[in-house]
Amino acid sequence: MSVADRIFRGLFVLYLAAFALYLFAPLIIMSAAAFNESRFPTVIPWQGTTTDWFGAMSADRAMWRSLWTSVLVAACVVIVVVPVGTAAALVLTSLHARARSFAYAVMVSPLLTPGVVIGISTLILWRQLGVGGGVFLIVLAQSTFIICYVMLMVTARLQRFDRTQEEAALGLGASRGMVFRRVTLPFLKPALLASGGLAVLQSIENYNTTLFVRGFETPLTVFIATKVRTGLTPAVNALALVIIVATVLGAIAYEVARRRQAARPRA
Amino acid sequence: MRDLYGRFGPWLATVFLSLVFIWLAGMVLAPNLMMIDYALRPNLPPAAIGGPDDSYSLDNILYLAGEPTHRAIFLKTIWASALVALVTFLVCYPVAYWMAQHATTGQLSLALLLIIIPFFINEVLRTLAWFIILAYRGPLNAVLTNLGLIDAPIRWQGDGGVLAAMVYAYILFMLLPIYNAIESLEKAQIEAARDLGASSWRIHTRVVIPHAKAGIATGFVFTFMLAAGSYVAPALLGSPGSRWFTEIIYNWFFEGGDWNRGAAYALVLLVLCLAVVLITLRIARVNLADVAK
Repeated sequence: MSVADRIFRGLFVLYLAAFALYLFAPLIIMSAAAFNESRFPTVIPWQGTTTDWFGAMSADRAMWRSLWTSVLVAACVVIVVVPVGTAAALVLTSLHARARSFAYAVMVSPLLTPGVVIGISTLILWRQLGVGGGVFLIVLAQSTFIICYVMLMVTARLQRFDRTQEEAALGLGASRGMVFRRVTLPFLKPALLASGGLAVLQSIENYNTTLFVRGFETPLTVFIATKVRTGLTPAVNALALVIIVATVLGAIAYEVARRRQAARPRA
Repeated sequence: MRDLYGRFGPWLATVFLSLVFIWLAGMVLAPNLMMIDYALRPNLPPAAIGGPDDSYSLDNILYLAGEPTHRAIFLKTIWASALVALVTFLVCYPVAYWMAQHATTGQLSLALLLIIIPFFINEVLRTLAWFIILAYRGPLNAVLTNLGLIDAPIRWQGDGGVLAAMVYAYILFMLLPIYNAIESLEKAQIEAARDLGASSWRIHTRVVIPHAKAGIATGFVFTFMLAAGSYVAPALLGSPGSRWFTEIIYNWFFEGGDWNRGAAYALVLLVLCLAVVLITLRIARVNLADVAK
């Protein structure tokens, strides 16, 4: 290995380390600040270790209300997006090549629309119908683009589906409804569960779209953003740490389930 | 269509089609049409709606072109979003290349896991993290002062802070498409180029990047669109001198009380993003179907 190569290698390792630092330092600092006694969340100077901020966080009624709003919205979103996204995927895969690529472009268009625009256009339409911002519009506006994710995940799964299974069931005398219930749906189940999980995550973390259609509701992301502007204390960091831990555990559980699923031979 | 009916029977097929219709017509098309309608009408008191003054015009959109502050912020949002995309690309490309061509299987799955974890955490929290780091009396200034690199704390909030947080927020959208694209490049092609005497620089500019063009275009498109449409990073990390176009739109709706002008501005943002998407994809000769993977 030449000297130049060695220098290059060293620099590259340095760069990878810097990249990892960039990825994780913000999260670590934010989490660590939850344990600092300082009234403004920071890690330097360290004024003493405390877990009081977790108590302060869990005593905050407004926080619990906003968490409840987010959970309610996420539950409704899942109920809307999983059936619609699955229907979209089934319709899409039943189309012929040319119509399919057009339908595909239309169906992914909400992903290429800025989130604020989705919120605004939903708000405007429903104002005409006399409905103002609130849980209903948040669910509707979020679903508009979360359906796309479900559609993409179910479509990906459908591409590995052997249609002769449906035909065999039909040939054996099953009704079409029964084929769908007993053959197609069970095959799609992993994708449905995964997309449901993704939908919850997307819904809870959404801010840009929700901001415009929230009306007088305060979902969790809006609550946090408002706190940052009006009175940030490490109680918000404590909340952040709880969310981070929950998300990471969820992500790991999801990944483990996915790998187990992938490892299992296909029936 | 006939295929759908043949496959699921009339009842189920009709249910599927209705659901998709409600989504596309009711949730995607109708809101956008109503937004266009709003954008083209003047803002009138309720009594005058439907009256002689209630006619279509481009006034709301032209107002953006004529108002110097808004125009400046609009143009700045465009180039700043492009800059975010460019910086994100520069940060991600080496990692993506290393993951796709050099990393061992173990390193690769670890790297993928490490990269994905921060992106499961929501954007508001990620922005909050940057808010804390970049605070005037925050850790970054403290570290830099202690190292003697700066004499007095720097006010990071503003364009610099927004850039750092946005690049951070959109890494995954750039990294994964590029990684996928480079991964399909045969190692033999790189070795062949090297055997023929190409420098590393030339291998990247003439072999790897052209091969990964579709992935790079996809990353650019998503990053640009997310940056231009972002509200949280500029709202929390910006300074009065670094306002973002989405903040102006928000003000029209919730502070200025002129929804028509707000709708016009939102429409301009939408058209801008669609134009950037279509032009970028055209330049890179990528099909829309390959983008959303």
